[in-house]
Amino acid sequence: MNPETFTVDTVIDAVSAVFLVVGSLMSLAAAVGLLRFPDLMTRMHAATKPQVLGLFLLLAALGLQMRTWWVWPVLVVAWIFQLLTVPVSAHMVGRAGYRTKHLHPELLSTDELEAVVQQAAGTRGFTDDDGDQPAGRR
Amino acid sequence: MMDLVLTITAVVLSLAAGGAIIRIARGPSLLDRVLAADVLLAIVGAALCIDMAVNRHLNNLMLLVAVSLIGFVGSVTVARFVADRREQPRES
Repeated sequence: MNPETFTVDTVIDAVSAVFLVVGSLMSLAAAVGLLRFPDLMTRMHAATKPQVLGLFLLLAALGLQMRTWWVWPVLVVAWIFQLLTVPVSAHMVGRAGYRTKHLHPELLSTDELEAVVQQAAGTRGFTDDDGDQPAGRR
Repeated sequence: MMDLVLTITAVVLSLAAGGAIIRIARGPSLLDRVLAADVLLAIVGAALCIDMAVNRHLNNLMLLVAVSLIGFVGSVTVARFVADRREQPRES
């Protein structure tokens, strides 16, 4: 641990190397989860790992490697952009998966939407009784 | 050390991309394929990040943002227009 070999530069390099390896392992974890999980909801759980935490680790490693301060706001903007778009697309995919019943109901621990859906179906049966075609359900 | 990191991450990301492509190929429904394509785009973004970090340049940053934007628009569009076309839909 003498100052000739153990400088700040090597410490930053080591930290960014660890960030790079862990951030790419997030992608591998997502792929393993995609291959092994049983239905759409559990696969969505696995698929969000590289999109948020993996990208954060890789952008942090990039910022550490560049050794300048002005890149950090750019990287933060890129990460926040991902952070804003990923929940929206995950929400859309999850909603479409629930409506088209791409899930195993016996694997859910709670189904908070079921009571709401039943109630909505009950009230809609009273108010209007024109035939609802499947394309108009959303 | 950066060469070793580049080798490790190349192997790991290749395995991950292979798994995502397998799920795209045999995914039982359209939404599974959309999800796997999203993961594949995230893997492409990770590869762009690793290239920038190892070679110390920032040329791919706009491409990274564009890739995430394309993934967002694509998955939202497909999820909006997906329909249940199976013969035996499971009773809720």
